[in-house]
Amino acid sequence: MTGADPDFDIELKLLLEGVYLKYQHDFRQYSVASLRRRMRLAMERFRCSTLSQLQDRVLHEPEVFAQMLRYFTVQVSEMFRDPAYFRAVREHVVPALLTYPSCKLWIAGCSTGEEVWSLAILLEEEGLLDRTTMYATDINQEALKVAEGGVYELDRMAKFSANYHAAGGKGSLSDYFSTAYGNAMFQQRLKRKIVFADHSLSTDSVFSETHFVSCRNVLIYFNQALQDRAIGLFHDSLVHRGFLGLGAKESLRLTAYADRFRQAMPGERIYQRIG
Amino acid sequence: MMTRRSIEAVAIGASAGGVEAACILLDALPAGFAPALVLVLHLPPTRSTTLPQLFARHSALPVKEAEDKELLCGGTVYLAPPDYHLLIEPDKRFALSADEPHHFSRPSIDVLFDSAAYAYRDRLLAAVLTGASSDGAAGLATVRAMGGLAWVQDPADADTSIMPGAALAQAGADRVLSLADMAAALAKIEQPMHR
Repeated sequence: MTGADPDFDIELKLLLEGVYLKYQHDFRQYSVASLRRRMRLAMERFRCSTLSQLQDRVLHEPEVFAQMLRYFTVQVSEMFRDPAYFRAVREHVVPALLTYPSCKLWIAGCSTGEEVWSLAILLEEEGLLDRTTMYATDINQEALKVAEGGVYELDRMAKFSANYHAAGGKGSLSDYFSTAYGNAMFQQRLKRKIVFADHSLSTDSVFSETHFVSCRNVLIYFNQALQDRAIGLFHDSLVHRGFLGLGAKESLRLTAYADRFRQAMPGERIYQRIG
Repeated sequence: MMTRRSIEAVAIGASAGGVEAACILLDALPAGFAPALVLVLHLPPTRSTTLPQLFARHSALPVKEAEDKELLCGGTVYLAPPDYHLLIEPDKRFALSADEPHHFSRPSIDVLFDSAAYAYRDRLLAAVLTGASSDGAAGLATVRAMGGLAWVQDPADADTSIMPGAALAQAGADRVLSLADMAAALAKIEQPMHR
């Protein structure tokens, strides 16, 4: 979607302000360039020729706003995405987590849950799942429902399975799901330690002490002020020497918390709280 | 005439044959080249990781992979990281996105051009080079509509003519140039008067 409208950003600002005032969902510090693109997709979907027309519907039809959440937030994910990350978690983070009698893991911005189930499988294989509580949070209730269901299209499994093996998986991914009607349903026993919850990195606060926060390809959609807020939450939630895992192209370098963490290992975006 | 306005950023998109084409352009740029130069190339992720080093050997300017929220700096060559879209925010910082591929590509040229057009308006020059995709055509139209300049590699001169052909058909261009002429014209871009 492309299109030239010199005043688009004015309408975007008004829409975000309206959404915040009406629904208390705060996207005002999201990346403008990404939102511009996704709002044009939403305009197409709802057949609006201007963003102001879409704003009218969003403010007066709550069901339209409910559908808009999938345009405000990204829902592209796959299991064991960036296998090297999961290998690093397995080899470097898990041994440290095993030294605690119990541990808490927070997957922030979990969307439809592919990473949540990936980490549950990884922890199960490492004998850590039963002493772990996993918090899987997102602002999108619909996405959280999908995450909690653990049902994904069967034709995605070839890719997921290849990732799983590249990530150092100890068995076969198919050990963990059953198939029916073109879907793969992950074993519900894997979610016995997972709490799915509505939480906003824009407006909510810390809810628990944690030992490992995984938040990948979420911060890139925030501006610097909101990145700092989110990392501040992670920092305050993490125990001393707790781990923070980010996306392959995310770093703390340009944030206010650069000196409060150290890179836990070269090459991977896994940090450890030091201050 | 194009040299009368000050160009703050140059955005270039290329696909099949793009590495060689980009090297020819980079070879021509003087150390005093003032604008920021941003490159999107369609490549398999495994190949693109070694690109900054390759391009650095062809450039008098510093070459680096663009980082999320990094402020664009004149006289620097930025490459889109593999498997992410590269966008430019209104405050002229980069933003990465893992949104769906566009025209089967991530990074996508349209996505860069479109966001750059909003950030830089008439201080942007965008160029579409060789490629076998139609990515870049819609973005180039946005660049022109927002007041920026559009250059397209002459399809007859391109390794693969589909992408420059699509750009010309959909957006047209301020100049249609052979790669050698484009390299010479880029090297002559004047110092911006602002910033």
